[in-house]
Amino acid sequence: MTSQGTISKKQDTKTANEEVVTIRDLKISFGEQQVLNDFNMELHNGENLAILGKSGSGKSVLIKCMVRLLKADAGMIHILGKDVNALKSRELDELRQKIGFLFQSGALYDSMTVRQNIEFPLRRVKKGIKDKDINDKVMEVLENVGLTEAIDKMPSELSGGMRKRISLARTIAVDPSIMLYDEPTTGLDPVTSKEISLLINDIQEKYKTSSIIITHDMECVRYTANRIIMLKDGAVFMNGPLEQFEQSDDPVIKSFFDSARQTIK
Amino acid sequence: MKATANHISKVKHYAAQRSIRVTEKTLESVGRLKTAMTDIANFFLFVSATFKAMFSRDFEFREFMRQCYVIGNRTLPLISVTGIIMGLVLTIQSRPVLIKFGAVSMLPSMVAISLIREMGPMVTSLICAGKIGSGIGAELGSMKVTEQIDAMEVSSTHPMRFLVVTRVLACIFMIPLLILYADALGIFGSWVGVNIKGDVNIVLFFSQAFSSVEFIDFIPAFIKSFFFGAVIGFVGSYKGYNAGKGTESVGRAANSSVVIASLILIIVDMVAVQITDMIPS
Repeated sequence: MTSQGTISKKQDTKTANEEVVTIRDLKISFGEQQVLNDFNMELHNGENLAILGKSGSGKSVLIKCMVRLLKADAGMIHILGKDVNALKSRELDELRQKIGFLFQSGALYDSMTVRQNIEFPLRRVKKGIKDKDINDKVMEVLENVGLTEAIDKMPSELSGGMRKRISLARTIAVDPSIMLYDEPTTGLDPVTSKEISLLINDIQEKYKTSSIIITHDMECVRYTANRIIMLKDGAVFMNGPLEQFEQSDDPVIKSFFDSARQTIK
Repeated sequence: MKATANHISKVKHYAAQRSIRVTEKTLESVGRLKTAMTDIANFFLFVSATFKAMFSRDFEFREFMRQCYVIGNRTLPLISVTGIIMGLVLTIQSRPVLIKFGAVSMLPSMVAISLIREMGPMVTSLICAGKIGSGIGAELGSMKVTEQIDAMEVSSTHPMRFLVVTRVLACIFMIPLLILYADALGIFGSWVGVNIKGDVNIVLFFSQAFSSVEFIDFIPAFIKSFFFGAVIGFVGSYKGYNAGKGTESVGRAANSSVVIASLILIIVDMVAVQITDMIPS
């Protein structure tokens, strides 16, 4: 009994360097437009990876391919050891339960209250869960995002920042091990953006998640990212820590960072 | 000689231009036909995916009941008014003709048979296509545009089961009930119409109305009303679920839900009438 427990614990424990996401030679196009072209990347366990790039460079398409909302034309996506493109429906469901996806718009179900929004995936993913446990979990995630008072509100009564927080709460309620953030701070004021960025770090610490953060917001990158990938023409243009980007003399990187600095000023 | 050559070149140029225009128009028509065929194929794939989801283990019973309530409740006032007016107008219009032929005593039976066999199911389902079909198309369309359907998909909560199966089944169950309700109110409206110029007891009117109605009048109409419900549910859900990007596509989804559902309803009715006609009375 003890040895079995030790084995399963050993299996669950991932080493810091272990790759939880590996993408090789990913290609996807829409009609004539090649959005991703031989894109390669990996995400390590416990890492916060920011992906930068101009609008339309394929950042959101990339994370949508990772959860198979879009199907890639070619290439390999391995997440938690599973080949995403080869999974059958039930296996894909199982994998998706381990991935949290925060949509740019929040994507809260607008016919449901905040409580019902959080309960919705919980009741369906964690089958047989008791009402008391659901209630406890709802309160726990709302406390984590600091919005317990909004529990009975409708999404239409919430501000942009609150919607993002509730959406985050709904995502972490099912205990994902990988988080995908699609422009988490877009459309928010600087103070709320900072709060969301800090929240991303808190979530990573509390739930031991590995994250991919798609963003334009350099402040968000500064607060959250351990490593940055810059996308250009559908492929990786630069890959490294923030310091490497800031010291780079490459005109593309410089212009991106300069314009971001001007926006902050 | 030179003038002739010039003329020939002009004719050749005109013919070439004309040929290009014809080719372009043909290609455009072929493209449109291809899009329509793809849309039809996708619709049938959608229907088959819905049936597959319908018979899966986790049926969303609560949401199904909510949709039944929403569909019934949303349409009841409209159906009530239409039902009464339908019977009233039918009576007022046909009464003078029946008097002319000395068959005014047949009025209750004629109205009842017309309403039960054809007018009730057809008019009610066309109204439902407008009210319920557009509602489903717009609701699912806006959920698609705001990524709510994608959010369900990525959290493994099966939007087909929750959104589509429940709405389609609610339409299949509720629309026949609404049709029966409209039929009853139509006969009541007919009684009101008769009483504008006369004085007929309601019990006598209803017993006379149903004296000529047989099962052969009622059963095929009742069966086809389930198909009408399915058409409204499937078309509305398909158009909403596959809405494009942007708010414009929500309006387009709602609009095309009504137009396409109405067209299919008329076709289904035509087929149903042909089949009913083959049944020996």
